[in-house]
Amino acid sequence: MVKNLVELRGLKVAFDGVQVLHGIDLDIARGEAIGLVGESGCGKSVTWLAALGLLPGKATVSGSVRVDGQEILAQPRHVLEGVRGKRIAMIFQDPSSSLNPVLRVGRQITEALAIHRGLHGEAAKAEALRLLDMVGIPDARRRIELFPHEFSGGQCQRVMIAMALAGEPDLLVADEPTTALDATIQAQILDLLIALRAETGMATIFISHDLGAVSQVCERACVMYAGRIVEQGTIQALFDNPRHPYTRGLFDAIPRLDGPRERLIPIPGTVPNPRDLPEGCAFSPRCSHAAIDCRTRMPALHSTDDGRLLSCHHPVGSHPPIGVTHPAEARVLEPLS
Amino acid sequence: MFRFASIRLLRALITILAVITFAFVVLRLSGDPAQVMLGPDVPQESVDAFRKAWGLDQPLWIQYLSYIRAIFTGDFGVSMRDKASAMQLVIERIPATLQLTIPALFLKVVIGIPAGVYAALHRQSAIDRGVILAAIFGFTIPSFVMGLLLVLIFSITLGLLPSGGQDTWQHGILPTLTMSIGGIGILARFSRSAMIEVMGQPYIRTASAKGMKWQDVVWKHALPNAAVPIVTIVGFMVGTLIAGAVVVESIFSWPGIGRLLVVSVSNRDLAVVQCILLLVAATMVVSNLIVDLLYGFLDPRLRAQSAH
Repeated sequence: MVKNLVELRGLKVAFDGVQVLHGIDLDIARGEAIGLVGESGCGKSVTWLAALGLLPGKATVSGSVRVDGQEILAQPRHVLEGVRGKRIAMIFQDPSSSLNPVLRVGRQITEALAIHRGLHGEAAKAEALRLLDMVGIPDARRRIELFPHEFSGGQCQRVMIAMALAGEPDLLVADEPTTALDATIQAQILDLLIALRAETGMATIFISHDLGAVSQVCERACVMYAGRIVEQGTIQALFDNPRHPYTRGLFDAIPRLDGPRERLIPIPGTVPNPRDLPEGCAFSPRCSHAAIDCRTRMPALHSTDDGRLLSCHHPVGSHPPIGVTHPAEARVLEPLS
Repeated sequence: MFRFASIRLLRALITILAVITFAFVVLRLSGDPAQVMLGPDVPQESVDAFRKAWGLDQPLWIQYLSYIRAIFTGDFGVSMRDKASAMQLVIERIPATLQLTIPALFLKVVIGIPAGVYAALHRQSAIDRGVILAAIFGFTIPSFVMGLLLVLIFSITLGLLPSGGQDTWQHGILPTLTMSIGGIGILARFSRSAMIEVMGQPYIRTASAKGMKWQDVVWKHALPNAAVPIVTIVGFMVGTLIAGAVVVESIFSWPGIGRLLVVSVSNRDLAVVQCILLLVAATMVVSNLIVDLLYGFLDPRLRAQSAH
């Protein structure tokens, strides 16, 4: 048996010839929860849409995606259809528009049950009710007959999660599942994801720009910038001691809840246009630590002594950064955005 | 629901009333039936007698009131030319027109929609480009040009089909084709754009992500959503079943409503023209009503809106 559930190797994506993902390597073990963090457009979502073949036709995808050792990239449609929903399920950012507006939610869930578990009729309905109960939809027996527009955003996301659970997947990819929701609802959905993972033992990929949310759900996180992973490590290591200047910048931009009020340190500049990436390290134009070699040579992603992966010529201090005397959790209770 | 239905019915009646009022006024202001019917060299006494006989000597508003009163008693007037019941004349012509418009509507739907959907699903392919090109060709060429073009090819050059008349079923082929080509183009283009929009929606990605087969994603998730704009266009086409063949019937000497309309307008046969316009307005209104009801059936969100 292969050790890892899913292995991405050199996953690259280009849209109309413009490279947006520059080779992602990532292993996901069974039952593990990994966060993908980064600004909009850094390729977090594209990574998983590409892996599941869900990108539009103009996208060119290369590299390798293995599920239990079986290659699924560039395979015939039926191979992908067997993986989607069954091995890897995905939920999306905008739950209200991710459900089909003209189909009853019950039908949308039972469809998945029919595909993956061969359940039909009353058996499928009973299982759909159980799933809706499980994700916390009150009065499921009545509401299973309703249409998506009769649910709130948070409830739509619960329905999406119920639908994702229908195939009993080994991996749930949650693509910014709380971004479109109110803060209180965000917390409920996060709690639900944590509880479901504990209950079912499925692995979770949590895509977010919200470091706080990632720290709640995941053990490990990858920080992505401009289509590359720039730092990867345990939540503890990243939060206590971010080494990549970009990771450090993300933490500095989070307001503190404890201690005196202090000015937040934003990351200057904006994410580079994928058509026009700077030479060398893509972050170098915005980096206060950048030296000449950063602008000429792309730093490779390498392992460091403390077990993390890092792609930087001049990483920031190996000691806790100045000003952060408490563990970083205190600073990340508030969402980044 | 009752309130919704009664509002719709009232609006439908107002629409029809507006159409017949407009027709009534315009017809009477745009020419004198007595002059047209009797010719230019008739003595004034005959003209006056004709006017008196048909009530044309009365003020316009009195003519209008008696016309409306008559309509409500089921009297749609008498043709000045044939001295027969105008409605009777019109109804006799309906079957001939439907012989052309119903097959044409069928062709539009069974060719236009699948072509558009197929093109949308194979975007940027050679077939897609071909469909777009053919569609633009279809609906930009006016039907009188298209009709003459078909006659030139199939009747004159190839000698395969008759160019006019209603004697055999072969006589119906060219007029039906002429009428359907534009509609096929319009439906193909609308179906294509509706389908392209739907296929880009997040819920289609969701359906694929849950492992549905591609055909099921298209049939069960995409098409029901693309149906609303397509039904709108088809509904409009149903509304023109009665009066949509004016030009084509004239080209192919087909004895339907369209030709009756042309003849009656040039003769200023007021009652007949008014009857046809009333019928046209009624068909339009009814098909609109059906489309509205279908919207609610197709999209639960619209159902919720109309209930409030």
